[in-house]
Amino acid sequence: MPREERVPREEREEGAGASPGRAGAGDASGGVPAYVQADTYELTVNGTRRAVEDAWLGESLLFVLRERLGLSGSKNACEQGECGSCSVLLDGVVVCACLVLGVDAIGSRVETVEGLSAAGDVADIQAALVDAGGVQCGFCTPGFVVAVHDLLRRVPGADEMAVREALSGNLCRCTGYGRILEAVRDVQRSRAGSDGGHGAGA
Amino acid sequence: MPVARVAVPTTVDEAVQALRETPGAQLLAGGTDFCVEVNFGLRRPPAVVALRRVRELRRYEVTPASVVIGAGTTYADMGGPELSSVLPALAAAARTVGSPQIRNAGTLGGNVATASPAGDTLPLLTALDARVRLRGPSGGRTVALGEVVTGVKTTSIAPDEVVVEVVLDRRPGPQQFLKVGTRNAMVIAIASAAVVVDLEAHDVRVALGSVAPVPVRAAAAEAHIADAIDWRAAGGPRASAAALARFAELVADAASPITDHRSTSEYRRRAVQVIARRALERCVARAA
Ligand SMILES: Cc1cc2nc3c(=O)[nH]c(=O)nc-3n(C[C@H](O)[C@H](O)[C@H](O)COP(=O)(O)OP(=O)(O)OC[C@H]3O[C@@H](n4cnc5c(N)ncnc54)[C@H](O)[C@@H]3O)c2cc1C
Ligand code: FES
Ligand code: FES
Repeated sequence: MPREERVPREEREEGAGASPGRAGAGDASGGVPAYVQADTYELTVNGTRRAVEDAWLGESLLFVLRERLGLSGSKNACEQGECGSCSVLLDGVVVCACLVLGVDAIGSRVETVEGLSAAGDVADIQAALVDAGGVQCGFCTPGFVVAVHDLLRRVPGADEMAVREALSGNLCRCTGYGRILEAVRDVQRSRAGSDGGHGAGA
Repeated sequence: MPVARVAVPTTVDEAVQALRETPGAQLLAGGTDFCVEVNFGLRRPPAVVALRRVRELRRYEVTPASVVIGAGTTYADMGGPELSSVLPALAAAARTVGSPQIRNAGTLGGNVATASPAGDTLPLLTALDARVRLRGPSGGRTVALGEVVTGVKTTSIAPDEVVVEVVLDRRPGPQQFLKVGTRNAMVIAIASAAVVVDLEAHDVRVALGSVAPVPVRAAAAEAHIADAIDWRAAGGPRASAAALARFAELVADAASPITDHRSTSEYRRRAVQVIARRALERCVARAA
């Protein structure tokens, strides 16, 4: 077990696009820096505290999720932020897990595609992607699911341009995107139909 | 081998102290440059000082005369409503960076410290004569951006120094940023240009990206066009077609582009004058 970490959780509003404070006030704390060990630590993933052991400092959050925690939903395709197949939410903000050091996620909330639905269940976005034919090899799919989840939670009624913009960091080599966009529209329609236009929920 | 430690400071002073007391430690902000290098085996940090929890670095302050932006400010923040209302060209540049995932993580300080010729915040910072505030073990210093970014991916930032914030003067008037690449998202600039028009001082500032080892001002183009603009024209300043054409030529003269895997020097020189002129024409009307 690592010692008590003084790692405040980011207090950003989920998806609010950040509202940083004003400069100039100066931080009160003149304390000593806290350290964490890079080989043994805990992460909070999908609401559960998970122990990471025998890690190397340079391991990405993506590697830690896949290889150490057995969460292989997030995919590794490029390891350079270009494809979005490793998209996860870090303190409620969508990022590439391949560009986060695993150890730098200590104290943060990590949400992966596995956490978007109860075990064994399929989220509506996943079902819509399948129904629309937006899944071929499926390698890009988890990243799209996380990115669409993030968008529709913030902007349930996102228009076509906003959807394209939000998915511009997710590459698909198979589908040509048309069916993926169609799936997003289907989710928007069915959520709007099922609870009065603001179905994105949590 | 000792177990690597990662410092997780919550203030700039703690970050500086962590750098000092941890030999070989490297600063990590959003990780969008850092982690690519680690993933590809180009960087093997013996220790890391992670800046994500330093809230001080995420602040920004807008006063009537200037805007101070914390180094930890993300592209998402730069493109947000508050900063885009005072620095629209910085917001425009921020919105062209990478993808939503990259913009949520990548920071201004990381862009300055990486000092890529294609760093998208750098042209506007250069146009506005940005000052960079750094802090190290012996205190703080404020340096012109041009003295920080000294060459292709090289800076004068000491290994034990943290970029704290960037200070930009506000200019009354329109400003624009344009960039050319192979698509409209997720693209490193082949050429970029920032144009700032000051309606009170009657001057024009032009800085170019990706066409020289460091961002460059097009001083001759600036002087020429400031002279050629009819600042008192009814309906706002205007310039003649001939003056705009000459402006574009002088912009091209200021560029010293190379040919690499992204583009050729010829295309870059051509592209940069087209976008600089277009950016100017979005600030200043063309006289009939
Ligand atoms: C897919 C992808 C697309 C991209 N697209 C663009 C683009 O369109 N335009 C563009 O300009 N860039 C782009 N980048 C590059 C990158 O996102 C930017 O340069 C970003 O600003 C880096 O910031 P960061 O916070 O991620 O820095 P990090 O990666 O954390 O750090 C980068 C460097 O800066 C140093 N550093 C960070 N913060 C500080 C500080 N406060 N003081 C001193 N040193 C510091 C680090 O030690 C490191 O050397 C892209 C990157 C990726 C992966
Ligand atoms: S694997 Fe992370 S973006 Fe491609
Ligand atoms: S379905 Fe194969 S990459 Fe998208």
